[in-house]
Amino acid sequence: MSERISRGDVEHVARLARLELTDDEIDLFTGQLGDILEHAADIEALDVGDIEPTSHPLPLVNVLRRDEIVASVDRDEVLAQAPANEAGQFRVPPVLGEEP
Amino acid sequence: MTALEIAAAVRAGERSAVDVLNEHLARIDDRDGELNAFNVVTADAARAEAEGVDAAVAAGDDPGPLAGVPLALKDNMCTRGIPTTCSSKILEGWQPPYDATVVTRLRAAGAVAVGKTNLDEFAMGSSTENSAFGPTRNPHDISRVPGGSSGGTAASVAANFTPLGIGSDTGGSIRQPAAFCGVVGMKPTYGVVSRYGLIAFASSLDQIGPFANSVADAAAMFDVIAGPDPLDSTSIRDYSPDASAVLDRGVDGLRVGVIRELSGGEGSVDGLSADVLARTNEAVEVLRAAGAIVSEVSVPSATLGLSAYYLVAPAEASSNLARYDGVRYGLRVDAPTTGEMNTASRTAGFGPEVKRRIMLGTYALSAGYYDAFYGKALKVRTMMLRDFAQAYENVDVLVTPTAPTTAFRLGERTADPMTMYVNDVCTIPSNLTGHPGISVPFGVGDDGMPVGVQVLAPALGDELTFQVAAVLEATASGGVS
Repeated sequence: MSERISRGDVEHVARLARLELTDDEIDLFTGQLGDILEHAADIEALDVGDIEPTSHPLPLVNVLRRDEIVASVDRDEVLAQAPANEAGQFRVPPVLGEEP
Repeated sequence: MTALEIAAAVRAGERSAVDVLNEHLARIDDRDGELNAFNVVTADAARAEAEGVDAAVAAGDDPGPLAGVPLALKDNMCTRGIPTTCSSKILEGWQPPYDATVVTRLRAAGAVAVGKTNLDEFAMGSSTENSAFGPTRNPHDISRVPGGSSGGTAASVAANFTPLGIGSDTGGSIRQPAAFCGVVGMKPTYGVVSRYGLIAFASSLDQIGPFANSVADAAAMFDVIAGPDPLDSTSIRDYSPDASAVLDRGVDGLRVGVIRELSGGEGSVDGLSADVLARTNEAVEVLRAAGAIVSEVSVPSATLGLSAYYLVAPAEASSNLARYDGVRYGLRVDAPTTGEMNTASRTAGFGPEVKRRIMLGTYALSAGYYDAFYGKALKVRTMMLRDFAQAYENVDVLVTPTAPTTAFRLGERTADPMTMYVNDVCTIPSNLTGHPGISVPFGVGDDGMPVGVQVLAPALGDELTFQVAAVLEATASGGVS
């Protein structure tokens, strides 16, 4: 098993990603993510110096449309697909008081 | 019958769209039990659409260039009121409140959508085995995978369930299954086809494109779906291609390059099988015989594509898939607080490959690792854009294998993610650069399974990829040993 990533790292990342992993999954991902990162060692080792990063393949410009009222997606149709709704809004369990 | 033949007959009133549809639905009934290409077949909605096409013809109106042609939609394209799942439990039963732009355009052109096709969950995979609804099988040999992630669409077209299909390609997910199933599949230049209504996997790489049994059919479909869309802010403004118009132009005088790093020779990536390389070389010789000027070019960073992709794509996915939190749509697993509900819903709803990629992407973006992995992968994208720009100073198109091998057997590569990921080595560069690429069937491998050859062009060279593919298709169907 690769040592590039520890079980502790995997548990930490799972918390960030809002995933709960079983002990077996933590073991599996520790090995598999280590292997993938090992493959990425060619990139990690690269001297990229002052090369600019590319986050998007083509040059992008901001797009603005005219400030005109146009038809939008129907609210009731959207809410009908939500697990729970109330008074025209999405309904969720309590948010306050829980750990961040 | 090809899609264009069907459309011509329907437009002329010689065939009814309803008859055409029933014929194809019968094939699906016959054989989709074993192939599992479709997540859902929407026969009633399709009949209503086909009746509309026939009514238009009867009224003397033109229902459009794809009149009455049955169409398969990959199940990551939003269809209003029709379940759209991404083959994930987390979206099971969800009915989008709007249609993807490609769906709207194809319907307006007269095509008749018959259902939603299987894929690797959220398009993450190369075999359509990562589906919550079971794997799709290759119509040429049901012990083998159809490729992925658009495996359901590829199988539907190859089995003639539908003459046309829509797929999406983030790292090869149109071209590789097209190669495995012996059909034509094309990834347009990033921004040429609207992504509005395509459920996002990796937004800077995703692109929608056509599947068909012939280059001409694929071109006709491409012409319908390409072009600017105000609903997609990354849509290219001033480009409305007409690929159908260039198919007979040939390749006389065209400069064709072979990428050394994807040629199997010295300096090449490993793992390209001998039979696939042999077909690719034969394809290059066909182009030479048709008047093309062939040379070898080097794209050094092509060897880094796989590593860069498997950092960039999971990073973007981990961000895009944060929206599946049990609040607005899809699966919710109840829990006392919203935070616990988010975690419980995601844990129950996502399959193993999706979790693996979310984990990898979250790690690559996390504090302390961002510069070493994700940041460097973005710089590799720049290197790749420069390398390809240099190559295209000397050639007009590039020819490579589409996939390193022919279709492999179900279960053969599921244990080790890296053996699955290497499938994408020849297709990934065009996603990282945003360039167009097409896979065209060209003979078979030692196992008798189809081989696909890939034609690449610079950004907005979409028409050229069809033009070259048409020459290869003419020879391949004439029987190349």
